[in-house]
Amino acid sequence: MTLPVLGWQGLVVLATFGISLLIATYCTYAERVIAAFLQDRVGPDRAGPFGLLQPLADAVKLFTKEEFFPAGANRALFVFGPCLAMITALMSSAVIPFGNFLQFGDTIVHLQGIEINVGMLYVFGIVSLGVYGIMIGGWASNNKFSLLGAIRAASQNISYELAMGLALIAVLMMSGTLSLREITLQQSVAGEWHFWNIAKQPLGFLIFIVCAFAETNRTPFDLPECETELIGGYHTEYSSMKMGLYLFAEYINVFVASAVMSVLYFGGFNFPFQYELRDWLVSSRGLELVTAQNIITILGLVGLFGKIFAFIFFFMWVRWTLPRFRYDQLMRLGWTILIPLAILNILLTGGLITFGVIK
Amino acid sequence: MESLSKRAKVLEKKPMTLAERAYLPAIFQGLSITMQHFFRAATKKQVTIRYPEETRPFSPVFRGLHVLKRDEAGRERCTACGLCAVACPAEAITMVAGERKKGEENLYREEKYAVSYEINMLRCIFCGLCEEACPKAAVYLQADKMAPPRFERDEFIYGKDRLVEPVTPDNRSKRGIQLTPEQADKLRAQLA
Repeated sequence: MTLPVLGWQGLVVLATFGISLLIATYCTYAERVIAAFLQDRVGPDRAGPFGLLQPLADAVKLFTKEEFFPAGANRALFVFGPCLAMITALMSSAVIPFGNFLQFGDTIVHLQGIEINVGMLYVFGIVSLGVYGIMIGGWASNNKFSLLGAIRAASQNISYELAMGLALIAVLMMSGTLSLREITLQQSVAGEWHFWNIAKQPLGFLIFIVCAFAETNRTPFDLPECETELIGGYHTEYSSMKMGLYLFAEYINVFVASAVMSVLYFGGFNFPFQYELRDWLVSSRGLELVTAQNIITILGLVGLFGKIFAFIFFFMWVRWTLPRFRYDQLMRLGWTILIPLAILNILLTGGLITFGVIK
Repeated sequence: MESLSKRAKVLEKKPMTLAERAYLPAIFQGLSITMQHFFRAATKKQVTIRYPEETRPFSPVFRGLHVLKRDEAGRERCTACGLCAVACPAEAITMVAGERKKGEENLYREEKYAVSYEINMLRCIFCGLCEEACPKAAVYLQADKMAPPRFERDEFIYGKDRLVEPVTPDNRSKRGIQLTPEQADKLRAQLA
């Protein structure tokens, strides 16, 4: 990689970082508006037009609140917990391919922070680290409710990561690669009638999305937070921006989970008839191939964000529809239903690949 | 033990069907219900009243902030008889009576008038008994005004400065004896 390319790639990483933060910020607003609408209410509409400055007001509130350390808390770990949650949440979006590539002269800029051939494994590793943030925060608080929430989070994440990984294996069996970019590109081939992975892996997708809800600690799997029983769970003792970091990390995780699901099952930056559109731009509009490809890339970028926003909306929609699971129900669902289903899905996929039905 | 009402029913707990156990149909049903609410809230007018901009209309019989009425010539009706203070179950009303002097006939309707008239809005229970007790149709509870919240207790003691309605016919309270159009025109001409 030459230096200018490296510079461009750095810019993409920065942009990814900024977009993750921005989306998380406005997720707080969207959550409140969607919650309000689903419950026939109005939602925040005081700060700015349609309450659009509400996240800003929330940030000011969180930053100016008293920074409280509970008695007997381990101060270093108490601060380290939310930091770790935030860092891991932000790191995982680095490998997601947000777009194909833009070409300026000889420079080709891939719209992806870093392209590594173990992309999916990297996401899984980082997301697994995220539970340490919760665990450390809950432990350092010196509060039994926090500790209970943290333990719940840890056991829940371990249980659902298994089923999630098994659901993913079926996708990997078809793609033969862990690179998210490769998986995306395989879902659309020029001049061929080609389906996104959702058409080949409906069961796998179902398992994956249920596990994604559990991994991001969203309702109906928000046992670690559990306002009614645990008074907020692992962040009971947190105030000020440390609390804000935990909430932020959750929304970034939702964003990343949505992005990963879009990439794995919904074609990533591909959209229907993109090659036809590109050829049409070249033949009928007289554009150069490079320019046409750049237009397609940008459209794909917009399309991917559309898919991501749809998933984020779905996350919120479910939150205000379904009640929380009981803890034994959560564990039963994870271990006795989702994992066997995921293994069945692997066998099914293997069979279908062997007999050449799907590839 | 036999139940007293003999209406208790033994419920039979049926095993769930496969669709019920799969849980997904129920989830989609729930999702569709919340989505209907989403579109209803997004498209139709919500029932929420956005308070400072919109206010809920008061009932015409609402008993709110008191007003001391003036007559058709702009004179205070109150004669400081003290019947309202006697009728008041919360002992919220106090007044000091005085004799009308020569040259004050255009200010006070009767020979005796209230030099000061105070209602403590923290004591007042807004029962309206003062209104019923008044023989001069002088005190009324308005249907469109409330005693607003304040920071200091002193500010809840309303004197004549805040209770007596304005002289101008257009700003008069909607309760009590109203001016006829002719009276209003006459008073307006007088004031001008």
